[in-house]
Amino acid sequence: MNSLIARLIAQRLALGISLLFAVSMLIFAGTQILPGDVAQSILGQGATPEALANIRRELGLDQPAWQRYLSWLGGILQGDLGTALSNNRDIAESLGRRVNNTLFLAFWTAVVAVPLAILLGLVAVRYQNRWPDRLISGSTLTAISLPEFFIGYLLIYFFAVQLNWFPSVASVHDRMNLGERLHAIALPAATLTLVILAHMMRMTRAAILNVMQSAYIETAELKGLRSLLIIWRHAFPNAVSPVVNVVMINLAFLVVGVVVVEVIFVYPGMGQYLIDHVSKRDIPVVQAVCLIFAAVYIGLNMIADLVSILSNPRLRHPK
Amino acid sequence: MSRELNFLSQQVILGRLSRRDFLGRAAALGISIPVATSMLSSAALAASPVKGGSLRAGMQGGESTDSLDPALWTSQVQHSFGQSWGEALTNVSPEGDLVPRLAEEVHSSDDAREWTFKLRRGIQFHNGKEMDADDVVATLERHSDEDSQSGALGIMRGIESVRKTGNYEVVVTTTEANADLPFLLSDYHLMIQPNGGKDAPEAGIGTGPYRVVEFEPGVRQRAVRFENYWNPDEFGHADEIEILIINDTTSRMAALQSGQVDVVNRVEPSIVDRVANLSNVQVQSVSGRAHYVFVMHCDTAPFDNNDLRLALKYAMDREDMVNRILRGYGTIGNDFPINAAYPLFPEDIPQREFDLDRAAYHYRRSGHDGPVVLRTSEVAFPGAVDAAQLFQQSAAQAGIDIEVRREPGDGYWSEVWNAQPFCASYWSGRPTQDQMYSTAYISNADWNDTRFKRDDFDQLARQARGELDEARRQEMYRDMGLMVRDEGGLILPMFNDYIEATSDRVQGWTPHPMGEMMSGYALSRLWLSA
Repeated sequence: MNSLIARLIAQRLALGISLLFAVSMLIFAGTQILPGDVAQSILGQGATPEALANIRRELGLDQPAWQRYLSWLGGILQGDLGTALSNNRDIAESLGRRVNNTLFLAFWTAVVAVPLAILLGLVAVRYQNRWPDRLISGSTLTAISLPEFFIGYLLIYFFAVQLNWFPSVASVHDRMNLGERLHAIALPAATLTLVILAHMMRMTRAAILNVMQSAYIETAELKGLRSLLIIWRHAFPNAVSPVVNVVMINLAFLVVGVVVVEVIFVYPGMGQYLIDHVSKRDIPVVQAVCLIFAAVYIGLNMIADLVSILSNPRLRHPK
Repeated sequence: MSRELNFLSQQVILGRLSRRDFLGRAAALGISIPVATSMLSSAALAASPVKGGSLRAGMQGGESTDSLDPALWTSQVQHSFGQSWGEALTNVSPEGDLVPRLAEEVHSSDDAREWTFKLRRGIQFHNGKEMDADDVVATLERHSDEDSQSGALGIMRGIESVRKTGNYEVVVTTTEANADLPFLLSDYHLMIQPNGGKDAPEAGIGTGPYRVVEFEPGVRQRAVRFENYWNPDEFGHADEIEILIINDTTSRMAALQSGQVDVVNRVEPSIVDRVANLSNVQVQSVSGRAHYVFVMHCDTAPFDNNDLRLALKYAMDREDMVNRILRGYGTIGNDFPINAAYPLFPEDIPQREFDLDRAAYHYRRSGHDGPVVLRTSEVAFPGAVDAAQLFQQSAAQAGIDIEVRREPGDGYWSEVWNAQPFCASYWSGRPTQDQMYSTAYISNADWNDTRFKRDDFDQLARQARGELDEARRQEMYRDMGLMVRDEGGLILPMFNDYIEATSDRVQGWTPHPMGEMMSGYALSRLWLSA
């Protein structure tokens, strides 16, 4: 059993890494296709031919593409992401800080949102088609229907401006301790929770309801078990696989898709960092950020796969 | 003495009335000028700065690509932060007068080509080194280097040499006579750095009232008061200043309203009336030199025909633009890039009116037929798309068919502006009239976005630059203004006000027409009420 799991993990890891290599090639090719080369975008309008040639040589742009790709990849494998063209800062250092912030917000949002979504899903199943189910479905669907910036502004208006409970500016910094940080991110985390709650809750509800039709659930009911216990002990384990997939997609969203929330709450995450550099055609940064986004997606999907397989004996022992 | 006068002097202190307005109104009340000025200073004394506290600004205009190297500054966040930790040789006062900063005395040779700057002694950089002539020379050298990509390069091109003539004396020689040189050296890129910043351009070390302690581009920038600052009476009142970059307008206002920041820049005209109604917030607006424009290339058909250009100029309803696009927070323009905020403004140039008959007359004379394509974009200036449509409607009344083409914001400044023959754009002001004209209106200017190429204009600009007699100079600027107004490719419907807002805690706001945030001095000159 253990060796089986180890082999499975190794297999998936190898797959993920080779996928990441393929993605890195795509990213590199994609940024090469972009109109205007890097030297041109650094110098802008005042570009003279010799200055262009100088910069191209400095950046190694006169070498063939495959050579540049290999040296870029080599740098990344050693943790060297290069320096940003726009302000000469070390990418790994400034990006690292941003990645931490993004993960911090994503983590605490997930800590609240995932258990809450699953719990609400279980309750909705227990009271299927009665008022608790309708209330839960109705309110979460309303929240997901509102654009996230609108939810953000509503929360700011009530909780920051009117009640003054939480700050509207969630700009965390090094001098804050954990408690202060959590206080600062309360509103963005709440906004994101409202955004992702419905998706996970609905999937939990649907997946469990699917299982609830099975004969063994009927048996459990006939044994006289309490209904929440049946749902939690008997139905939920068999519904884990689709739920985990949806949870992972939402976690990935929390990492790569929260630019709007970052802008509204002035949160120093990766999204704004990427956008600023795209508009300046700062290719090394764009490549680095894209690679991290790809790694997050691949990593989370890999985890989803593993959990699904481990939770399902049929997948664990493929014929 | 009347209550009205007391009220007026309070208004000056609160920054609602400029000093000049105050003197004018005081004169109307029958008080002679010496009395009026002394009243003003006693009122200013009554509201003398309080030291201490932490002053926070929420500002639009910062990006994670920003740098601490003054040469690379382009945005208003860098401008404001830079003015807090760095100092230039000179400053320009709100009235447009030259104010010494690191240089304590400036004088020129009779031909206005050799300028001697006597530096203040005993000024310390944040790293403990004493500032002397070597640092000044090195700074000016660094910004003159063609490879430096310095934003002040255009200014430095007019400088032939910079020499040290003593430990605290620097002589700057210009390539041709330039009466404005000391004004030009007030440029915010030209912060004096140790050894000119040649060793570490991004170290953020200057001589200013605040010392950089945290620089996270696009997020926050923080500085604490520099203990050994030379002029603590005037600058550096708060113990600590911080700029939070809040690019979203709604969030910026929420942060001000909930007390997380004390000052915000760029209050949008569309919401300013609502902001003014908030109980704990003051709106600060000042009419400045920035302007919104439509530019035509004078050398490209059909705009190479002056009658067509005049037809378009007469077809612009300026009052309507100011009311609708700026909601009244601005003043109408007169098709040349100078307004009363500049020293030596030629006051007697008649205002161009909205005149459909003349527009139709010139349009007929131009012989042009068919639509005129006007390119615009949201990034050209706030409300540029609406403004283009308003223009389209007013021109249609004169029988001129303007076709508004909306361009994507990405690439607007490289593909459309200064490339296409007719488009919307904006300009922020320059320290002097000469600098404005040399940046965009003389034949070989880098940013001659109207392709206005006239030898007589260039020559006049050169003469005016070297003219030390102010009356003669003003006369020349009048002629130049008229040329641009009547023959240039510039349609200038409006000068936009700078609109900012402060919380009740903040005092000491003095409007400065040169730029946003009291021309960048807000953070070092404001104080927090105890």
